[in-house]
Amino acid sequence: MPADGGIGASTRRREDVRFLTGQGNYTDDINIHNQAHVFFLRSDMAHGKINGIDTAAAEKMPGVIRIFTSKDFEGVGGIPCGWQVTDRFGEPMQEPKHPVLAEGFVRHVGEPIAAVVAETLQQARDAAEAIELDIEELPPVVDMAAALEEGAPKVHEDLKSNLCFDWGFVEENREAVDEAIRNAPHVTTLELRNQRLVANPMEPRVAIGVYDRAGDEHTLYTTSQNPHVIRLLMGAFVLGIPEHKLRVVSPDVGGGFGTKIFHYQEEAFCTFAAKAVNRPVKWRSSRSEAFMSDAQGRDHVTKIELALDEEGKFLAIRTNTLANMGAYLSTFAPSVPTWLHGTLMAGNYTTPLIYVNVKAVFTNTVPVDAYRGAGRPEATFQLERVIDKAARELGIDPIEIRRRNFITEFPYETPVALTYDTGNYHATMDKLEELADLKGFEARAAESKKRGKLRGLGVNCYIEACGIAPSNLVGQLGARAGLYESATVRVNATGSITVMTGSHSHGQGHETAFPQVIADMIGIDPEQVEIVHGDTAKGPMGMGTYGSRSLAVGGSAMVRAAEKVINKARKIAAHLMEASEADIELKDGQFTVKGTDKSVAWGDVTLAAYVPHNYPLEDLEPGLEETAFYDPSNFTYPAGAYACEVEVDPETGKVDVCSFHAVDDFGNIVNPMIVDGQVHGGLGQGIGQALLENCVYDDDGQLLSASYMDYAMPRADDLPFYTVDHSCQTPCTHNPLGVKGCGEAGAIGSPPTIVNAVVDALQRAGHDVTHIDMPLTPARVWAAMQG
Amino acid sequence: MYEVIITRPRSLAEAIEALGDDNATPLAGGQTLIPTMKQRLAAPEVLVSLAGIEELSGVTIGDGEITIGAATTHADVAREVAGACPALAALAGGIGDPAVRNRGTIGGSLANNDPAADYPAAVLACDATIITNDREIRSDEFFDGMFGTALFEGEIITGVRFPIPERAAYAKFDQPASRFALTGVFVAAGGGVVRVAVTGAGEDGVFRWDAAEQALAKDFSPSAIEGLSPDPSGMIGDLHGTPEYRAHLVGVMTKRAVEAALG
Amino acid sequence: MTQVSMTVNGKPVSGDVPDNTLLVDFLRETLELTGTHVGCDTSQCGACVVHVNGRAVKACTMFALEAEGAEVATIEGEAAPDGTLSAIQQAFQDHHGLQCGFCTPGMVMSAKALLAENPKPTEAEIREYLEGNICRCTGYHNIVKAIMAASGQDVSKIAAE
Repeated sequence: MPADGGIGASTRRREDVRFLTGQGNYTDDINIHNQAHVFFLRSDMAHGKINGIDTAAAEKMPGVIRIFTSKDFEGVGGIPCGWQVTDRFGEPMQEPKHPVLAEGFVRHVGEPIAAVVAETLQQARDAAEAIELDIEELPPVVDMAAALEEGAPKVHEDLKSNLCFDWGFVEENREAVDEAIRNAPHVTTLELRNQRLVANPMEPRVAIGVYDRAGDEHTLYTTSQNPHVIRLLMGAFVLGIPEHKLRVVSPDVGGGFGTKIFHYQEEAFCTFAAKAVNRPVKWRSSRSEAFMSDAQGRDHVTKIELALDEEGKFLAIRTNTLANMGAYLSTFAPSVPTWLHGTLMAGNYTTPLIYVNVKAVFTNTVPVDAYRGAGRPEATFQLERVIDKAARELGIDPIEIRRRNFITEFPYETPVALTYDTGNYHATMDKLEELADLKGFEARAAESKKRGKLRGLGVNCYIEACGIAPSNLVGQLGARAGLYESATVRVNATGSITVMTGSHSHGQGHETAFPQVIADMIGIDPEQVEIVHGDTAKGPMGMGTYGSRSLAVGGSAMVRAAEKVINKARKIAAHLMEASEADIELKDGQFTVKGTDKSVAWGDVTLAAYVPHNYPLEDLEPGLEETAFYDPSNFTYPAGAYACEVEVDPETGKVDVCSFHAVDDFGNIVNPMIVDGQVHGGLGQGIGQALLENCVYDDDGQLLSASYMDYAMPRADDLPFYTVDHSCQTPCTHNPLGVKGCGEAGAIGSPPTIVNAVVDALQRAGHDVTHIDMPLTPARVWAAMQG
Repeated sequence: MYEVIITRPRSLAEAIEALGDDNATPLAGGQTLIPTMKQRLAAPEVLVSLAGIEELSGVTIGDGEITIGAATTHADVAREVAGACPALAALAGGIGDPAVRNRGTIGGSLANNDPAADYPAAVLACDATIITNDREIRSDEFFDGMFGTALFEGEIITGVRFPIPERAAYAKFDQPASRFALTGVFVAAGGGVVRVAVTGAGEDGVFRWDAAEQALAKDFSPSAIEGLSPDPSGMIGDLHGTPEYRAHLVGVMTKRAVEAALG
Repeated sequence: MTQVSMTVNGKPVSGDVPDNTLLVDFLRETLELTGTHVGCDTSQCGACVVHVNGRAVKACTMFALEAEGAEVATIEGEAAPDGTLSAIQQAFQDHHGLQCGFCTPGMVMSAKALLAENPKPTEAEIREYLEGNICRCTGYHNIVKAIMAASGQDVSKIAAE
């Protein structure tokens, strides 16, 4: 660990002090003078036609300021979708309007119908109960296959069907893949469900709209992963407020995991209502509301076929997936089952032919969008599960079959449009075999057996495309936004530095890790560097944090801005030392003239920039502040190999995770402690998906897992200590830091590892079980054992 | 939640008087009632807090029996009966989580009779007596279906008297989300009688499993109930387990309770 | 409105509140002690854990009036007046036992209650004790490790440094 606290140091996080002492500033901790409160009356039915909303009695209730319905939003835009997918026939996806408050119909449980603004939340809620709704119940569609049947009730009466799009990728490969599968010596088929999840950041969403009539200025405080994106989407597409009149602030945010990327109705409502009632308007979600109003994750049903030759070499892959969109298209929903999923189907392997078909389906359920991993866990799960099944069918060791198919030459162009710049999959697998002591498994299994437990071993690999991504590429793929990142490096007169970044930290530790990079570049104490984020009034246009992109894209923008600063400072130093700029070196916070003992300190140069008495004013402007926008030329490709051992209780079906080993190649690492923590968190969520979590609707579209009483969140005693390793490093070849991103890996790689291990345990015990759908609850595992 | 008036009587007599009001509801530890009120699924106009009434709190360990005041928290029960009845202590120490155990009370739990609560299994298996402000109720007469009890309006539990079983244990299989009992079985043996009470599994709430009691009365060993499980037709089916699974778990948990009771 | 008085972090406080005010709302809204958080409405997440008369309780599942006359301790009272972190707080920072920080106040208050009862808990005892505290960020690894470290145990052999 470097003593200077620069790149590679496990520096303790500076943000921890405020969180540990109760001084964090989360959105719900903010109260604006004279604020009113809003309560949303939400639909308790999954599908219905609104015949009338009578607010007369409610309006007379104590404390009520105003009650809003869709009538108040005539002329206001719908919540926009930020990604357009073109189907395999060249047609754009079907894109229904997503109103701020339900217009004419309700389409999922939890959809807001009316909003009561009152002096207190209690009064707002009391009044909401007095609103008389006349809603005619319509038959809902919940199951995706049923939704696609001829004559199924339509979620949107004005659309042709419930099919949002039918996407083929790569469409030109379709026939060749069919042919290869027809002729293959062996085809392994697996049908599976990647169940719906609820992201559940521990901080529920909050929004506060504030309007300043004097300046006609709007401010929105919101729990967002990307305040600039909210400003753009809400300002331009929903409310028609130009950016210079709209400020969006996301202060401390208590976790995101994807679900706080999206622009939500409640944000638009509070911003709109603050002007309408000329009072600040605050909304605070309860956890129960979060279960039916936060965009949910996953929910794919897939059939995957893997064609192999006799030696276990992969010949072709064909997948057919139904992807649930829910009732409306959330901000990035269409990108998840397509570009973030289909492009990953090559995995770590040389499969030459791949065809992915995805049918996205509207149902009367809460909208579905990106959740930690977003499309990549779905790809990894089906691929790594079918490989495991194929290995068993062919009698090849699961590790060996993977090794036989690893990509070893880089750059590697996959048949699904990506170019992997670098990687070393054998190295991560070697490291895994060593760390996890796979040779010792049999002895451990024998010991488990003595205690009446069935032990299993699961191993798999993953690759992900992170650091999203090149704007020109994603633009071609349907993104309606750029995916660059920005940074302003502001050097203050005495040499301290303020960095404004478009990346947003909601647990990732940017305030600690980003300064390590700057400190390294200049040779100053990281404490001299402060990170500012989460406020559109403070930094340049930024794209926010998701897709493991903060350091790879946001950090790279910061490096580019810092390089500009250093170049200018070098010129100033050259002037101060009367030397040629070409001879100036910067090290340990000192500018020196090569080959001499002349030097000038960083702080003297920065002071000269702001007190330009002895300064090359004819060549340089005073001041030392630079902005850079960084748009990467490719994704980054973290990859790894994971192993876990489980014990199954044959009497109850309960699965215990005994050990979990994760070997990841993240390229270069800035703060190993933080990277470990990111992997731990991803593993916790991935194991949660594999064993516990399940978002379930009944046939009427009622949400059964609507609170922590029925949605099983992983607790401390569900999880083991993990062993994580990132000593295998193939640095990213195209960003200045050589970093790849680490936020999603654990959640992507771990679900198949667990399922592989449980299937292994059951097969070793003689059960003819080839697959169990997640979550592997005791009840499901027990039922599988009963045959 | 809706508006409510909270009264804090200092004595049992004051509490009984306050509860004479038709709109009054007793507030014990509140660990179920308060979340229910937050969801607006309960709307009492007046809450009569029992927490400050000293005569309702505390554990007395006597000759062959334990008497627990209704307002005694789960944490206190777990601590204070650990020597006299480890099975009951373990049950109390496994309810909810530590913070819930510091507020939730035995009286509140029994009066609520949640079909997945733990205490009803102990009360029924130990053949405990529920003491109210008015009378004493034997366990077999107390529980009356899901969330139902023999209590009248305005009647409150003041204590519970447990005969100390010669051998006893509670085996609980957690519902993975709520950590209530997906199936919990309390087995108590003494004086040649074996009682097996099951919570979490039955559609009518806690119940005695007669077949297991008879088998165990003849032979108090795990092998006596090997392969035995109740009829799934009366079991709960939900997203956490089918009736068949719960019926199976009743057998497994009973066996484990017997094993634990035998030490 | 009813007047309620209690001692919070050693200071006597009082306020007039509607009877249905939860202790957590009294702390957050009336006293502006916003370190205690609300993460659920079913009394499970534990972000609101505070101590009442020395015992950990969920401040969202208790009326403010029920704390009349009580000694209440919240996260704001944990560090020394000069800002020095308590041993538990320091261990959480040293071992990266928090990420977004939202569950952290409840975790620290639960950890404090645990160590008061059981000064050298095992890994299993810590995990079991945290049943009522949900963290979505850390996968619990570093929380458990931090609590072991705070209790003076050697954590250097725990996987993944």
